[in-house]
Amino acid sequence: MSATPGPSAGATLRITPVGLLGTRRAGRLVERNIRVYRRLWMYFVSGFFEPFFYLLSIGVGLGKLVHTVHVAGAVVPYATFVAPGLLASSAMNGSTLDSTFNIYFKLKIAKTYDAVLSTPMAPADIALGELTWSLMRATTYSLAFLVVMAGFGYVRSPWAVLCLPAAMSISFAFSAVGMAGTTYMRSWQDFDKVSLVLIPLFLFSGTFAPLSVYAGWIQAVVRCTPLYQGVALLRGLDLGILSWTLVGHAIYLLVAGFVGLVVATRRMTTLLLP
Amino acid sequence: MHGSGAWRGTEQVAESAEPLVVAKGLTKRFGDFVAVDGIDFEIARGESYGLLGPNGAGKTSTMRMISCMSPISGGTLRVLGLDPAQHGAQIRGRIGLVPQEDTLDLELTVLDNLMVYGRYFDLPRSVIRERARQLLEFTQLWDRAHDKVDPLSGGMKRRLTIARSLVSAPELLILDEPTTGLDPQARHLVWDRLYRLKQQGVTQVITTHYMDEAEQLCDRLAVMDGGRFAAEGAPQELIRRYSTREVLELRFGTADPTPIIPQLDGLVQRTEVLPDRLLLYTDDGEGTLGHVHRLGVTPDSALVRRSTLEDVFLRLTGRSLVD
Amino acid sequence: MEPTDRALQWSADTVTRPDAPHRTRRPTPMWVRSARYWMYQYKRTWRGSITTSFLFPVLYLTAIGLGVGSLIHHPVDGVRFLDFLAPGLLASTAMQIGGNDAMYPVMAAIKWLKTYFAMLATPLSVIDVLIGHLAWIALRLFVVCSIYLLIMAAFGTVHSPLALVAVPVGVLTGMAFAAPIAAFAATQVNDMGFSTIYRFVLIPLFLFSGIFFPLNQLPGWFQAVALALPLYHGVALCRGLVLGHVGVSAVVHLAYLVVLSALGLVVAARTYRRRLVT
Repeated sequence: MSATPGPSAGATLRITPVGLLGTRRAGRLVERNIRVYRRLWMYFVSGFFEPFFYLLSIGVGLGKLVHTVHVAGAVVPYATFVAPGLLASSAMNGSTLDSTFNIYFKLKIAKTYDAVLSTPMAPADIALGELTWSLMRATTYSLAFLVVMAGFGYVRSPWAVLCLPAAMSISFAFSAVGMAGTTYMRSWQDFDKVSLVLIPLFLFSGTFAPLSVYAGWIQAVVRCTPLYQGVALLRGLDLGILSWTLVGHAIYLLVAGFVGLVVATRRMTTLLLP
Repeated sequence: MHGSGAWRGTEQVAESAEPLVVAKGLTKRFGDFVAVDGIDFEIARGESYGLLGPNGAGKTSTMRMISCMSPISGGTLRVLGLDPAQHGAQIRGRIGLVPQEDTLDLELTVLDNLMVYGRYFDLPRSVIRERARQLLEFTQLWDRAHDKVDPLSGGMKRRLTIARSLVSAPELLILDEPTTGLDPQARHLVWDRLYRLKQQGVTQVITTHYMDEAEQLCDRLAVMDGGRFAAEGAPQELIRRYSTREVLELRFGTADPTPIIPQLDGLVQRTEVLPDRLLLYTDDGEGTLGHVHRLGVTPDSALVRRSTLEDVFLRLTGRSLVD
Repeated sequence: MEPTDRALQWSADTVTRPDAPHRTRRPTPMWVRSARYWMYQYKRTWRGSITTSFLFPVLYLTAIGLGVGSLIHHPVDGVRFLDFLAPGLLASTAMQIGGNDAMYPVMAAIKWLKTYFAMLATPLSVIDVLIGHLAWIALRLFVVCSIYLLIMAAFGTVHSPLALVAVPVGVLTGMAFAAPIAAFAATQVNDMGFSTIYRFVLIPLFLFSGIFFPLNQLPGWFQAVALALPLYHGVALCRGLVLGHVGVSAVVHLAYLVVLSALGLVVAARTYRRRLVT
């Protein structure tokens, strides 16, 4: 097995807009992660299956019981209704778990970042690099899921092409906020809080049933949550039901992402360079 | 390997007489706690400078400031002529750090650790590849190049950390307790490698709480305790200044030795009472031992040895180096 | 020198001797002593997990049971969707807790915290260590399943006094996963295997064992596979008990879970011994 990545790592980096987002140094951290995952490609591939299983079980299986759903005046089969929701929630799950567990491990246990900072790299490079990497992974999964959706016929509109950047904005928001949250964690016990947030979001985001089935106050709360924003955005694009609120959803996610990134950078600086 | 000028990185520093590190009144505070309390020192190019002191003396805090990983709280510090507050990244690009804990990347192989680290310096991959091979051979790790880091022994991990610190061909190498926790064989191997680096002109700053390490590796050293320098100078010079040539160690088992001290007045220059032995500082150990016997004192055991930096530290601070 | 002598004196006096007068009761069984450790360290985390034990059933039953249930306008297997779903979720929660508690905590006890090794330096044997840990998991399962049943009753999905038996059945379902997974965990050097179990065993079982929709919706060969796997039996048995439809098949389900737990225990004893006694 070759010890050097050859041109592949460099080529991947030229495709991603790291240069657009920030320093080239952030790309070094992405390189490092690519190097680690080159040996773990099986693990990488296996991450694709979970949302696919959900699609089969909830979309197809449960769809045999539900049949159809009314959404914004249209009547769609349950699987078509659920699929964009699953795309959103898998973007959320993938990004959050990546940006919490792995980063906590590198930050507190293996102290990998300590070594990185003894070089010309800065905490901002680390935050941006990890975010970019998380985005790259999540986008790969989202693209694969989108292709599956199209293959099964759950894509109803040409606007669904925008689902990919929309899914990326969901990943961006959750990766950044997840990373920021991780910098506040003090032990593995705190990770229970992560599932305490993710599970309610997952269940009540309009993925499984339209918001209208829930009580008014639940609806009001859910509308403020980030996953709902993502689900609504993706579903609107996928079904071709467009309105200006979709832009609002996108802006919500991007702002959340930027705030998360700023907080994460500040916290890393405080933690790593006291 | 680390040739005269070819390896000094892409930024050639003129071979000047300017010291590489200059600190004046250097201070580090963590809230109310003062870890480093106004120290002054200069480190010249090509020398091996040591910080000798027990745990908690402020050595690591000092190293972190020199390696631009911790902002200074007071005083001035110039590394390679630059101010760490403004040119931190640039300075770090020209120095190598071997931290107290290995901080190796456990998810990568030995060779990949060097490749990735070199990329953090933005070095071209071909350059890193070549240097990595030389460094791994230098530290005798080339046959483990494709192994994961986790199963390596403590000594090997340390050598890998040292190899890693040299990937950028630094002008200044900072080593924080390089052989703590290693077995004697591993320690000697590390010392040997550091000595060779010194011969090739790499300036080194070393912290340690081992007196033998300080005596072996350092041209000059500062004795540090409680955030301050208690003394500074070459090892032998410090021993000459602060201790006698020889020491007579007497052990009395569980009996209390203090009553005999007044009887030894005039025979020895100084005495120290430790929990398990009595130290008598004199220029003629054997002669003093004879006197002790003539006084009718019968210790359980007696040892005559030459003074070490441990004795210097004991004299300056009243405590031993290793607690 | 005197204080040190006095300090050494006390231990000679107070060393517990088997024939000392105050030892009138039988000594605690070894496996209980090892289980005590897990109960003790739970003190740090019990608040969080009790909260989730109450919260998650409420969330799942509301969001899916009621939420999706309101979209289903015909009975599922003869009952409301909520009644169909709830007992299945109890079984799957048991699987999750049993599985999770047998993965990272076991590896931590072997590799990172070395808890097992500390236990083995005492009179405890490998079997005591294993049974103690599994007993703790069973206790946790008992608490979680009881709470789940309470929540289910609050949602009005309990239709038979037999539902009380669903709690020990839930424990058994959890153990049918905990024992074999603990056996597996003892053989692992890193946690890559855990992600595989999670992604390719636990999640698919959760999704395709007849919890969200009846198994007959799946193609034939798929059904056969699901029937061979443990979660379906836990689901079917719990559902039968809670709804009050218990027939001969219940015996099959029960036997399956018991056999799997027993097998898991036997294999675990082997793998534990191989890993811990070198």
